[in-house]
Amino acid sequence: MRLLEFQAKELFRNYGINLLPSKASTTIEEGRKHAKELGYPFVIKIQVPVGGRGKAGGIQKCQNDDEFELKYPQVLGLTIKGEKARAILLEKMADIKKELYLSLFLNRSKRCYTIIASPEGGVEIESVKNQIIKEVGLGEVSDQVAREVAKEMKLEGKAADDFVDILQKLAKLTVEKEAELAEINPLAIMQDGSLMALDGKFVTDDNSNFRHDELQKYQEKTEIEERAEKSGFSLVELDGDIAVVGNGAGLVMSTLDMLSDNGGKPACFLDVGGGATTDSVYEALTLISKMHRVKGILVNLYGGIVKTTVVAEAFLKAYDDKLINLPVFARLKGTESDKAKEMLKNSRTKIFDSVEEAINAAVMGIKR
Amino acid sequence: MTDIFKILKGTPEDSDYKKKGVIVQGITGAYGSLHAKNMITYGTNIVAGVTPGKGGQKFEDKVPIYNTVKEAVDASGAKISIIFVPAKFFLGAAKEALEAGIKLLVAIPEHVPVRDTMEVLDLANKKGAVIIGPNTPGIMIPELIKIGIMPATPFKAGKIAVLSKSGTLLYEISDALTSAGFGQSITIGIGGDPINGTRMIDAFDMVKDIPDLEGLVVVGEIGGDSEEILAQRIIDIGFKKPTVAYIAGRAAPKEKRMGHAGAIVMGTYGSAESKVSMFNKANIPVAKRPSQVPVLLAGKMQQSD
Repeated sequence: MRLLEFQAKELFRNYGINLLPSKASTTIEEGRKHAKELGYPFVIKIQVPVGGRGKAGGIQKCQNDDEFELKYPQVLGLTIKGEKARAILLEKMADIKKELYLSLFLNRSKRCYTIIASPEGGVEIESVKNQIIKEVGLGEVSDQVAREVAKEMKLEGKAADDFVDILQKLAKLTVEKEAELAEINPLAIMQDGSLMALDGKFVTDDNSNFRHDELQKYQEKTEIEERAEKSGFSLVELDGDIAVVGNGAGLVMSTLDMLSDNGGKPACFLDVGGGATTDSVYEALTLISKMHRVKGILVNLYGGIVKTTVVAEAFLKAYDDKLINLPVFARLKGTESDKAKEMLKNSRTKIFDSVEEAINAAVMGIKR
Repeated sequence: MTDIFKILKGTPEDSDYKKKGVIVQGITGAYGSLHAKNMITYGTNIVAGVTPGKGGQKFEDKVPIYNTVKEAVDASGAKISIIFVPAKFFLGAAKEALEAGIKLLVAIPEHVPVRDTMEVLDLANKKGAVIIGPNTPGIMIPELIKIGIMPATPFKAGKIAVLSKSGTLLYEISDALTSAGFGQSITIGIGGDPINGTRMIDAFDMVKDIPDLEGLVVVGEIGGDSEEILAQRIIDIGFKKPTVAYIAGRAAPKEKRMGHAGAIVMGTYGSAESKVSMFNKANIPVAKRPSQVPVLLAGKMQQSD
């Protein structure tokens, strides 16, 4: 899961990483209270799980009450890259000498944790220049390695000491919470030479959730995603009108691509998974029936482990229960697919020999 | 370099040539028993099963079950194991296998924490063992040995190597290849996780020198940069065998995980565009649809004749 800035900073604080005073709120009443406690000037920051907040006007300086009353609701009302504000963070303004970049991430190609640091931070990682890159195995950062990075950053005195301290604490946090990415950007050198984390990005490995009850309070899931997870299939909501159902993440992705190539708009990615049962597919159809934008369902099944008859049965039950009354365009192949086709013959399901034909029919059928 | 064929097949002087023994960890579970049966039906020599607490019993009245991998290895001499245990028990099961001397470990479970995978790979490196997966459909030499969960029907013996991150796309594309008369010499499921025991490039190194190899098919998907690294390797060594790629996830939104833990685009890292352009640079055509793969492969073969 991807934590919001204020949640990442809660973890930073617990691990002793230097931060400016800040407070998170969801209403202007709460915000006013925090404004008093912090005192002006401070920065109003939107809390959304995407980057590019500054460019979109989601980070505003605030000097007095009048500005606060104007800007707080403004920032709270923003939508950035389709994401509405989850909260607002008020953070003390500070006098900065220089902005650095620091992160630890899971390096997929090298299969180890890797430090990226740069003396020129404050911009998106893609444009960070003079990157210092160090592979650190399973994430242990020794004094010596931390000192080396500080030296390559050309840091001296207090800044160097603070950097070593922050890097080691960030590494400890990354390892203990099983993060895929822990990023401080910018990591600022203040006028007195000390270092402060001004922003925080933290992405954890969802597969390790079972070991991290303490992080579950940060979990953000729609009811539909929650139910999908419980039933053992994966679902990603998209904004089109044709629901895409299949088995296996690769096959469903491939079906989305082909549908989009032919001018169709996917409403969701739904992988019933290798352990699909009639019940779990029925639950999947229940979730689709809740998505009001859906006008048709495209099914692409390659029955290997999953019997296509299991899926056909769920569809028949969904028709019988009046759960769905949508046209279904299906391509069934593999285990028991002849039997499944027979079962669905007199239903609202149209069966096609190839996925290409099913897609064309779906796109044409929805248009009318 | 790992000689994967030597591990899977052996050499003619081996007494167990072409019938190398395989251990199934988690053989009594629903999933493990189903696939153990399917592998036996396919002709894979399943020599032992492991389920703690069920030692002394027999699977299907034939295959002896042991409490530990070590006992199974001592009794059977097997060097290959396939794991079917819930993700949270994978770390323990995999370490046990490596400590017992397993040299090829096929890691089926999905949802294994990355940290556990890294720990297992660390140990595998020390022991000189190969890990396939996690979150893999497995590895097979069609009509000889199947160590995985793939259905038998799509595959046929032949001279094309297929490497795939995805299970179902491996079946779908192998099926299309088989229908077009392209059998497979070996198919390797890399797995859909961010960290793979055998990366695309490692799998490529395993198959690139097969003496009678006639072509290579790479089935990738969004996330990471293993396809780009593979394309670069193909350029660097001047690999000339007809090669075709397919990339799933061109229409996927950014920053969303598309089912597989590894299928996510972060900023520009892991995007389909980056993979496609790198394959183009390596003069490797990228199919738009799975059904196009055999067509492009046939075209590449004509060019190279």
